[in-house]
Amino acid sequence: MTENAAVEVQKASRVYGAGSSAVRALDEVSLTIRRGEFFTLLGPSGCGKTTLLRLIAGFETPTTGQILIDGKDVSQTPPNQRRVNTVFQSYALFPHLTVSQNIGFGLEMLGRPRAQIKDAVARMLALVKMEKMADRRPQMLSGGQQQRVALARALAPEPEVLLLDEPLSALDLKLRKEMQLELKRLQTETGITFVFVTHDQEEALTMSDRIGVMSAGNLLQVGAPREIYNRPVNRFVADFIGETNFLTATIRNGIPRLSNGEAVQAKGPARLDGKTVTLAVRPEQVRIDPEGPIHATIAQTVYFGTDTHCHLRLADGTELVARLQSPPSGDIGLKAGEKVRIGFVPGAVQMLEG
Amino acid sequence: MARSSPARTGWLLSTPALILLFIGALGPLAIVVVYAFLEPGEYSGVVWNFSTEAWFRVFFERDIFDDTVSMADAHLTIFWRSVKLSLLTTFITFVIGFPTAWFIATRPPTQRAIWLFLITIPFWTNLLIRTFAIMEVVRNQGLLNSFLMWTGVIGRPLQILYTDTAVLIGMAYVYLPLMVLPLFAAIDRFDFKLIEAGYDLYASRTKVLRRVILPIVRPGIVAGSILVFVPSLGAYVTPRILGGGKNMMIGNFIELQFGQGRNWPLGAALSLILLLIVLVALIAYVRVTSNDGGRDGQT
Ligand SMILES: Nc1ncnc2c1ncn2[C@@H]1O[C@H](COP(=O)(O)OP(=O)(O)O)[C@@H](O)[C@H]1O
Ligand SMILES: [Mg+2]
Repeated sequence: MTENAAVEVQKASRVYGAGSSAVRALDEVSLTIRRGEFFTLLGPSGCGKTTLLRLIAGFETPTTGQILIDGKDVSQTPPNQRRVNTVFQSYALFPHLTVSQNIGFGLEMLGRPRAQIKDAVARMLALVKMEKMADRRPQMLSGGQQQRVALARALAPEPEVLLLDEPLSALDLKLRKEMQLELKRLQTETGITFVFVTHDQEEALTMSDRIGVMSAGNLLQVGAPREIYNRPVNRFVADFIGETNFLTATIRNGIPRLSNGEAVQAKGPARLDGKTVTLAVRPEQVRIDPEGPIHATIAQTVYFGTDTHCHLRLADGTELVARLQSPPSGDIGLKAGEKVRIGFVPGAVQMLEG
Repeated sequence: MARSSPARTGWLLSTPALILLFIGALGPLAIVVVYAFLEPGEYSGVVWNFSTEAWFRVFFERDIFDDTVSMADAHLTIFWRSVKLSLLTTFITFVIGFPTAWFIATRPPTQRAIWLFLITIPFWTNLLIRTFAIMEVVRNQGLLNSFLMWTGVIGRPLQILYTDTAVLIGMAYVYLPLMVLPLFAAIDRFDFKLIEAGYDLYASRTKVLRRVILPIVRPGIVAGSILVFVPSLGAYVTPRILGGGKNMMIGNFIELQFGQGRNWPLGAALSLILLLIVLVALIAYVRVTSNDGGRDGQT
């Protein structure tokens, strides 16, 4: 359908095993990844991210459905005939080859002339800043360096799509931040489509052009980071990405009301009248406001430096967190047990189905 | 004491090992070397006169009537057969052993122990009995011939027993575990993700085998080959029983000198030649291993 689609996944399912012990790792997932974008698959461990990546790489074939790369159905094409390369979580560098030989391996297998391979390897070494390590064996490199070699090796054959399965999870925090920037730079410089897998929502939000949120073999929502964060489609997405407060409310005359009748500043579609819904609001969108419509009691305040987290209890017992900016004095002047009124930033409240 | 340096303590502590090494390895070897330069005794043993006759007899023979000297073709044939059969045994055990070791290494851990146990079962049985069992399989009315005749592939029994083929089958069977175990150890350590990495980088199945798997498990291949080749070369029981009296290998020939041949110096000289062949083979192997990786790579 789309001309600028690098990868199209059409109702792809993958079932492992058979009979009663069968595991449906992927359940009719459909997804279009655009050419040249940094796409992230985000979800908790075991939700099927690796399975989806392996279907695109060709290590697995879909039980049902199709995988299209560059518009062609490759569901039955072996991995060595797909213009797709993978950066493995464990790096999987060849221990018997030097860094240069590792990087040149793909081009060599493609039968490129020697001189061209040599040039490409030199270019890749410069791109990942590993020129000095060219003749080392992978075992003699640090984790971060191995990571760079794995990237260079996968980029050298200039694939249509680069697949990265949690490539940063083995690195310590500082190195991880560095590599996040590095990856983003490489993606911009090469213009290659990246499909990046992570279970770290912050990583996903900072690096991606678009994110696909997965849970239990299903793709729940696809969208730009801001969209996913500000307009999660259901409770799972809202909860998984960032911190969220959940309120239960009933819609009356298009206005959601808490159990004690207090109105929430949000609009509910008339068709939901009389229905009970879940409202989601981010902690930074909660205001302590003497004019606010909702009564609350301060349960606790926690000082975080720039922010102070204010734990509140509503009349119906619901717990809520407000993230307030700390004043210059550092003391927001609220004490546990104090009665306050709160409100929400206009447009901040999301109404969720699930 | 400041003067009892760690080095000296080290030497002191290793004396038991050194004594054992001398008594167990160097001593007997020295005796063999000395005997190889003596004259044979009338009925057995040696006469303490220096002589290089034994070495001469290894390669040449003197005509008993006119004293003309010619190459000892029979001896060279035996050497050649030994080396050839040992190399073939090594090759056959590798071709059978590699898929076997691969199969075991790819089983779930709980099943692996059972398969390894099955592989080692033949070790529990006496070598003679195992060899007679092979004889039972390859003889004219044996299992193999009966089966082939039953399927109609052949009309008459094949004469396998008392041929080099029988010796080869016997040795391959006897030494197979020695190939499988080191191969298993190497494949077990092998990271199977590397196969996916190979496919991912456009290598075909054969390329993955040749450029990724084989180079990485090479230490296991070398270890298995040495473990099979060395005892094959000196094999005695298997060629004796399955090869009959005619198809001798070095081991049988050496035994002949110490027994019926009553020529201990010749036996000693032959033993040293055997040792030399093994040594040359080992050096060749070591050179192949130390030269890993860089060989087929480029850049
Ligand atoms: N080869 C396999 N055999 C059986 N089950 C598998 C296999 N691979 C994955 N699974 C199952 O499929 C589900 C999804 O796994 P995976 O795609 O690895 O998740 P993720 O990468 O998101 O952590 C999990 O429940 C996992 O146990
Ligand atoms: Mg995974």
